[in-house]
Amino acid sequence: MTTMRKRFYTVAGRAVESDSRTALVLADIGVAELPHHPRVFNLGIREQLTIGVAAGLALEGLRPIVHSYTPFLVERPYEQIKLDLGHQDLGAVLVSTGASYDSARSGRTHQAPEDVAALGALPGWTIHVPGHPDEVERMLRAALGGDDRVYIRLSEATNASAVDGDGLVVVRRGSDAAPLVVAVGPALDETVAATRELDATVAYLATVRPFDRAGLRTALRGTDVALVEPYLAGTSSAEVAAALVDRPHRLLALGVPNAEFRRYGLPAEHRAAHGLDAAGIRASLDAWLNSYTRVDRVPTLPPYPLRA
Amino acid sequence: MAISEALGYCDLPQLLTLQTGDEKHDWSALSTLDVLWVLYDRVLEPDDRFLLSKGHGPTAYYAVLAAKGLIPVETLPTFGAFDSPLGNHPDRMLVPGVEISSGSLGHGLPIAVGIALAGPRVFCLVGDGELDEGSNWEAVQYAGRVGLGRLIAVVVDNFTSTYHWPGGVERRFELEGWTAVRIDGADHDALEHAFAAATGDRPHVVVAEVQR
Repeated sequence: MTTMRKRFYTVAGRAVESDSRTALVLADIGVAELPHHPRVFNLGIREQLTIGVAAGLALEGLRPIVHSYTPFLVERPYEQIKLDLGHQDLGAVLVSTGASYDSARSGRTHQAPEDVAALGALPGWTIHVPGHPDEVERMLRAALGGDDRVYIRLSEATNASAVDGDGLVVVRRGSDAAPLVVAVGPALDETVAATRELDATVAYLATVRPFDRAGLRTALRGTDVALVEPYLAGTSSAEVAAALVDRPHRLLALGVPNAEFRRYGLPAEHRAAHGLDAAGIRASLDAWLNSYTRVDRVPTLPPYPLRA
Repeated sequence: MAISEALGYCDLPQLLTLQTGDEKHDWSALSTLDVLWVLYDRVLEPDDRFLLSKGHGPTAYYAVLAAKGLIPVETLPTFGAFDSPLGNHPDRMLVPGVEISSGSLGHGLPIAVGIALAGPRVFCLVGDGELDEGSNWEAVQYAGRVGLGRLIAVVVDNFTSTYHWPGGVERRFELEGWTAVRIDGADHDALEHAFAAATGDRPHVVVAEVQR
């Protein structure tokens, strides 16, 4: 099966050749995989410049795609993203490769599990975390047709099958009292494996901003929500809290811990170390479900808003 | 851009005095006044773009825009107020004719590179102190290496860079493949000729020296 990254290069390369509005802005990464074209601009290793150039292209009516490794696309030029795109009210499509720890052997400098939280702190971003190359193609094609700010987070980790749908999609329904386990992007297959023997409703989410609050409310029949995000743990916790502001609930937020993790090795080793493989997810769910009093067994809470 | 001939250079001091509350940046504003006037009065063509990267002290910019009829003179006294479109740093979403929002230094030149790559001729005003920001040099290097002849920068050199530019900042531009000229930033004819010296096949920088 092709990878998300290869599919991105194929679709983006065709887009720049067929659509006079599309431009590609690169910082050496991906140059060999993309066509030589007057609107493919390789700036060299100048990542701050990539965003400024994208803003200038957008001011002139082009639809720039900016591509690099996650830390060099999102973190290094963060102020450029905030000001050159957001404050100028300009659009661009940022496509990262490397996800949280795909570049495990490269160490912390090439890892950026904070990316979704960082971009989510800025207004107006649509953030996609696809779980399959087919989803990458669908999201990229949709993004190229717009003028807004879109982030597409590629990963070497891929689910076996693509999931259709833009919002929260229930892939397995448990009992009404069962916990709702929301798997984001490439975390789906591990989550499905982790919950195979559990009474759980499993839902999939590949677009995390804007967060499908209505879909979450509809899918949740009980009180327990578990988030499995393949990046910084808790990144979408505030979205869940906002979605369920008037409903008693409790939340387990799984993801990459906020810590300096000084390990190399393989992505699978990092996934296991962060408790994001099937065994780790299951262990966290078991501890959470069995160690605390469930919200639906405590006395009924007063209706929201609370009054003094 | 539509440019009217409503007011002249001699009206600018009065237009400046209408804007109060940012006196600490008076020198920053005044240092750009002649360059801005020459650009808007003699140099910019209708299809050109102008980016004020050095967003500090924009009262001179607002005064020139008002003199040229791009913003109403009546808005100048509202400078800095809660509901005014004119703030201490310009916002392109609030002021017609302002092509980028600026204030944080080192953002204009990279955006200008993107505009020039898309086609139009673009002028970008930066300060010598602003050039301390490393982001500028990513833009300067790239524009020079690819011969981005539609990019013209003007450095208002009022000698505020903390550690200075030994030998002149223009040498850094020339090293990266730009054409460069240093002139008296108060000499309007010299400014006009310096902008006209752009060759079109290499990026060009005009260093406008301004003394207090």
